[in-house]
Amino acid sequence: MMTLLGDPAVWLPVVFAALMGLSILIYVVLDGFDLGVGILTPIGTEAEKDRMVASIGPFWDANETWLVMAVGLLLVAFPAAHGTILTALYLPVAIMLIGLILRGTAFEFRAKVALPKKKAWNMAFFAGSIMTSMAQGYMLGLYVMGLDNSWSSQAFALLTAVFLTVGYSFIGACWLILKAEGALQLKAVKWARGGIWGVVLGVGAISLATPLVSPRIWERWFSIPEFFLLAPLPLMSAALILGIWVVLRRLPTVNDSFAWLPFAGASALFVLAFTGLAYSFYPYVVPEKLTIYDAASAPESLMIILVGALIVIPVIAGYSALAYYIFRGKARDLRYD
Amino acid sequence: MEMMDTLLLSRIQFAANISFHILFPTITIALGWVLVFFKWRYARTNEQVWMDAYFFWVKVFALSFAMGVVSGITMSFQFGTNWPGFMESVGNIAGPLLAYEIMTAFFMEAVFLGIMLFGFSRVPGWAHTGATVLVAVGTTMSTFWILVLNSWMHTPQGFEMRDGVAHATDWFAIIFNPSMPYRLVHVLLASGLTVGFLIAGMSALRWVMGERSAEVRKSLRLGVIMGASIIPLQIYAGDMHGLNTLEYQPAKVAAMEGNWETQGNVPLLLFALPDEEARENRFEIGIPSGASLILTHRLDGEVPGLNDFVAEGGTVLHPPVNAVFWSFRVMVGTGMAMLVLSWAALFLMRRGRGIEGLPRPVVWAFLPMAFSGWLATLAGWYTTEIGRQPWLVTGVLSTDAAVGDVPPALVASTLVAYLVIYAALLVAYVSVLVYLARRKAKGASVPEAGRPISGAIQSIPAE
Repeated sequence: MMTLLGDPAVWLPVVFAALMGLSILIYVVLDGFDLGVGILTPIGTEAEKDRMVASIGPFWDANETWLVMAVGLLLVAFPAAHGTILTALYLPVAIMLIGLILRGTAFEFRAKVALPKKKAWNMAFFAGSIMTSMAQGYMLGLYVMGLDNSWSSQAFALLTAVFLTVGYSFIGACWLILKAEGALQLKAVKWARGGIWGVVLGVGAISLATPLVSPRIWERWFSIPEFFLLAPLPLMSAALILGIWVVLRRLPTVNDSFAWLPFAGASALFVLAFTGLAYSFYPYVVPEKLTIYDAASAPESLMIILVGALIVIPVIAGYSALAYYIFRGKARDLRYD
Repeated sequence: MEMMDTLLLSRIQFAANISFHILFPTITIALGWVLVFFKWRYARTNEQVWMDAYFFWVKVFALSFAMGVVSGITMSFQFGTNWPGFMESVGNIAGPLLAYEIMTAFFMEAVFLGIMLFGFSRVPGWAHTGATVLVAVGTTMSTFWILVLNSWMHTPQGFEMRDGVAHATDWFAIIFNPSMPYRLVHVLLASGLTVGFLIAGMSALRWVMGERSAEVRKSLRLGVIMGASIIPLQIYAGDMHGLNTLEYQPAKVAAMEGNWETQGNVPLLLFALPDEEARENRFEIGIPSGASLILTHRLDGEVPGLNDFVAEGGTVLHPPVNAVFWSFRVMVGTGMAMLVLSWAALFLMRRGRGIEGLPRPVVWAFLPMAFSGWLATLAGWYTTEIGRQPWLVTGVLSTDAAVGDVPPALVASTLVAYLVIYAALLVAYVSVLVYLARRKAKGASVPEAGRPISGAIQSIPAE
């Protein structure tokens, strides 16, 4: 197999960059809606809070595992890059981790403590969700700016922190439209209408900033024929946003048809935005400094992982789909029995 | 000096993180199988008591699992934020092992946990039991992979160094490295003991609070039997692990025994204050030739001494003696307490006497012992991990070579944040366990999770 496909030192880093990118993308969509629901909890009534948490209850843990997968692939496939990236992002990473700790534990604690303490854990659930999403948005902004610590980069990163948080709350609201009924679903539609602007502004800001920061990326987008070949990407995004907006104006429908559409549209939007970003940065893993080839592990070690991944990932996809199938339909109260 | 501070702070941060983390897998590894046992007993006997036990302990499992997951993620990021030299130097070996842990264990645990916790009314009974089994298999797989990596860091083999980077040459040798089987067995048994004493302790608490249900009796009996049957195995496995360490990491054994000179007839020290400046022990109390007997099975057997691990220039190449010496004694002492209590209880409960056979002090003794597994596990980890110093990977990578270049103030600030949140979570965790026990023991008079008291009266039948 190694000789059939050419030099593994050439194609293995690409395969692993793709796997890592895929993990990040899956994480952003899946835990994006978990975090978004968490960010929205304070606006719901007490009963609605329970229902909102119930809508993500069976899924959040597995969704979060994609983050472990992504950082794991960064660690194992690009060891020379992970130190540079993670030490540069030391503080936002720590804030994200503390957010994840709060969110994940609050999930369990809020369902097991006495009523007065439950309010505090609800707060912790919200705080953890928003800390995580703000920190991730900040890291995204800093990465786009080439991991440099100037004031302008940090200001930009703060901006993307807010936009990503609004973006997550948007996809979270879309998830709730799918999983909730009655008054909560009605509220979710309203939240989604508000949140969609975060996505527009966020995608817009990053699309403008990325080519301005790096002449190389400018060249990649704004030369002929690339410009025309890539045109479908922004055009499709614009069409999607318009489509979601139109659907949101008409939801909820009488027989709950099309309730899945906003979430599907939001996911597609995240995929398009991510594709644009990946196109901009390839083949760099540390922006403008280290390519995936410079940073990759030894081919023999990558091959060992790849063989396992090819067998295991379809199985993971299979049982993940099974879980979503088992918990399909509207969210009910979470009970252990 | 600045790097020194960063090194020390990063070490404390990682130690704090891994100490907090290990508490929860230590519970979930064995508790997953106990839940499988409950479901199997229910399927065989159709007695409701087994499902009652299941529904009580699944809550503890869910909480412990969440604590383990979030602290585990923190650790995986700290490899990058604080210890970039680790993956840069041995990433070709550590990488695939971690990748296999994520791919074969983490996803399976997480997905089937959702079904196990919330799918009881949505899937057939066999599928729910299947999910429970897969979660237990997942936690055990995870233990296997992470202990392969940890053991390899203690006793590395199956690789060659090229330009300062380790390259794998023999994966079989890497996975089945010399200390792996001993360490894996030792840790799995430790988990069994931790859960046995946790179940016995929580059940004793419920008993003391006045609960007299069939479930609390069966649970306490199960905890006592787990403790009493596993502890002799653990003592034997620990002894074998010690002999393995003697062969591959003699400096660690020298520190565990507090032995400075390589010689025969080395006493087994019960108490001593090792003085690392003077390189001798003060206030020594020991059993003559005891250490020689245990380690070599001969009274005059030679035991390695710490003075063999000092380089020409005076550089110390052995681990810090006091920490290893005392951690080891805390672990063994806790193990002895487990042995005495579980066997005494088993004897007193013989021939169907049950809990009524236990005098009050014995029932009460199980309360502080509820977390004895945590104490022994932590002490054991400190023994082996501090005992590996000054190496991160024995003979391959020293700890100070792996630390990242982060300003000490930054590490200090995150360290404080982690410590505060871990302390708060630990208090919350233990108080929730007590709360769950109290709610079970007192029934409707304690409000159910997040629901007003009136709702609880309807859902919990009076005893």
